[in-house]
Amino acid sequence: MKVLVPVKRVPDTAGEKSFDPNDRTVDRESVESVLCPVNEFAIEEAVRLKENHGAEVTVLLVGPESAQPVVRKALSYGLDAGLQITDDAIAGSDALGTARVIAKALEGQEFDVVLFGNQSTDARTCLVPAAVAELLGLPSLTYARHLEVGEGKVTVHREHEEGWDVVESTLPAVVSVVEAINEPRYPSFKGIMAAKSKPLEVSSLADLGVEPDQVGLANAAASVHEVRDRPPKEAGTIVEDDGSGSAAAQLADWMVEKKFV
Amino acid sequence: MAEVLVLIDHADGEPRKLSLQLLTAAKQLAEDSGDTVAAVWLGPGASDAAERLGSFGADKLYHWDSDDAYGYVTLPQVEALEAALEASGADTLFFASSNHVKDVAARLAIRVGAGVITDVTGLAPGDDGRLVATKEVFGGEKITESSVAADAKQFIGIASNAFAAEEDGSGAPETVALDVELSEAATAATVVSVEKVASADRPDIGEAAIVVAGGRGLGDESKFGLMEQLADVLGAGVGASRAATDAGWYPHRYQIGQTGRTISPMLYIGAGISGAIQHRAGMQTSQHIVAINKDPEAPIFQIADFGVVGDLNQVVPKLTEELTSRKG
Repeated sequence: MKVLVPVKRVPDTAGEKSFDPNDRTVDRESVESVLCPVNEFAIEEAVRLKENHGAEVTVLLVGPESAQPVVRKALSYGLDAGLQITDDAIAGSDALGTARVIAKALEGQEFDVVLFGNQSTDARTCLVPAAVAELLGLPSLTYARHLEVGEGKVTVHREHEEGWDVVESTLPAVVSVVEAINEPRYPSFKGIMAAKSKPLEVSSLADLGVEPDQVGLANAAASVHEVRDRPPKEAGTIVEDDGSGSAAAQLADWMVEKKFV
Repeated sequence: MAEVLVLIDHADGEPRKLSLQLLTAAKQLAEDSGDTVAAVWLGPGASDAAERLGSFGADKLYHWDSDDAYGYVTLPQVEALEAALEASGADTLFFASSNHVKDVAARLAIRVGAGVITDVTGLAPGDDGRLVATKEVFGGEKITESSVAADAKQFIGIASNAFAAEEDGSGAPETVALDVELSEAATAATVVSVEKVASADRPDIGEAAIVVAGGRGLGDESKFGLMEQLADVLGAGVGASRAATDAGWYPHRYQIGQTGRTISPMLYIGAGISGAIQHRAGMQTSQHIVAINKDPEAPIFQIADFGVVGDLNQVVPKLTEELTSRKG
């Protein structure tokens, strides 16, 4: 079984984020960047497929050379090989542009399952897994809280507002996972050391056969033309309870005043 | 005069609240530009819902009554919506910016060369006739304005509670049945069964007007009972911080934060939640924030409109009692 895990480098949620004032893209060099925490659930699931089915797992990252530590980080969980797509023309792509690059990279690979995180912690559009599936003509089994890969078929529990759908699909398929699916392990010391010498291939758009006019900021169908800080919040009312719960009455009054009751 | 399409997300035969908000938003924009609003209902139930959709702003209703819409994963909806797009010639599609619906929009956007903007909280007509969409990014830290390029159809995903749903009293819309022939690929992934675990009486946290959330400060699982009692007085949804879901006190599906759900209710009430950045990333776009925490230094108080420094074991039940009597 072959598994591909696309991962993303994201700004650390706790870090100060800034946008390039010229093109209003995220200034990814100025902030501390990390492996997207949602990817950890996909990686854990891939490790389990290795343990239970002997799966061979490749990590895929679309991003500049400076994002390479994120590929090594993903490999440190025990995955087998890395593939990084690096090209200046990719910068500023929207979610669908990024999906085009990922889909082209996947076209050159053999796989049974592609394992995404359901969202990235920075943009959170959730569009990429389904768009990649569409580009590859494959089922999109997204928001999986449970995954079982069998012979030529896969069963997924797709989470939704009321519960989940139990879904059976042919393979290959594109899956995205939600955090309910597992509890990710930390990389072992051995894994961290081994990650340094795992094979990592770097490809350009030309290697994949992607035309530069399909991707990048200038060709994004959706683009940002203004960025501003969220206006600072006015200081709220803070009351101290005397230990009896009496402050609840003040809170209830406030809620009535605001018409929530 | 052009049509704008509104994809209606529905459950148990009822349009979801967010879909009615979409209709109102679309109607208001359409009135300014002289367009009309066409709703799209996929799966059984369109004829029963028609009048309601009309009263919230739908002038027309495209429908595909087949069970196949939800019998297979996503693609039948994509193909039926593509048929509606062709039938109407619409350039603009509004959809609910919720998980499964985003998949439909993403797949169809690839098919028809559309641009997609998700999680939109504000809309205005731009100078070039394209919509200018406001959204909050990085967990509400920044606000952006974006548009779709002029040569692409614009697919706009609307966030919950950003627009008010308003009945304008119009009558039933004209109905148009869609003729849909599914591709072979559309039936590759079958929905075998549906497991319902959420309380039917409690709204989903993604669309609830009020969300009550509990965190590490609750101390144990049983205290979520206090949170649920408070929620039920308010008709609210119940969520949790990752500390609480990782501890096994409440199901992961209700986790609010950077790795879980992003919510934007009118009112968020957090108890025993300190307000770490990872949690704030999932809730700080809430319109009003209430915090109940015994630690006066908890960062959540910095973004609270109303904060109570105190023991949640006292304050939460007392609040439930106070609200019950005020409702009385």
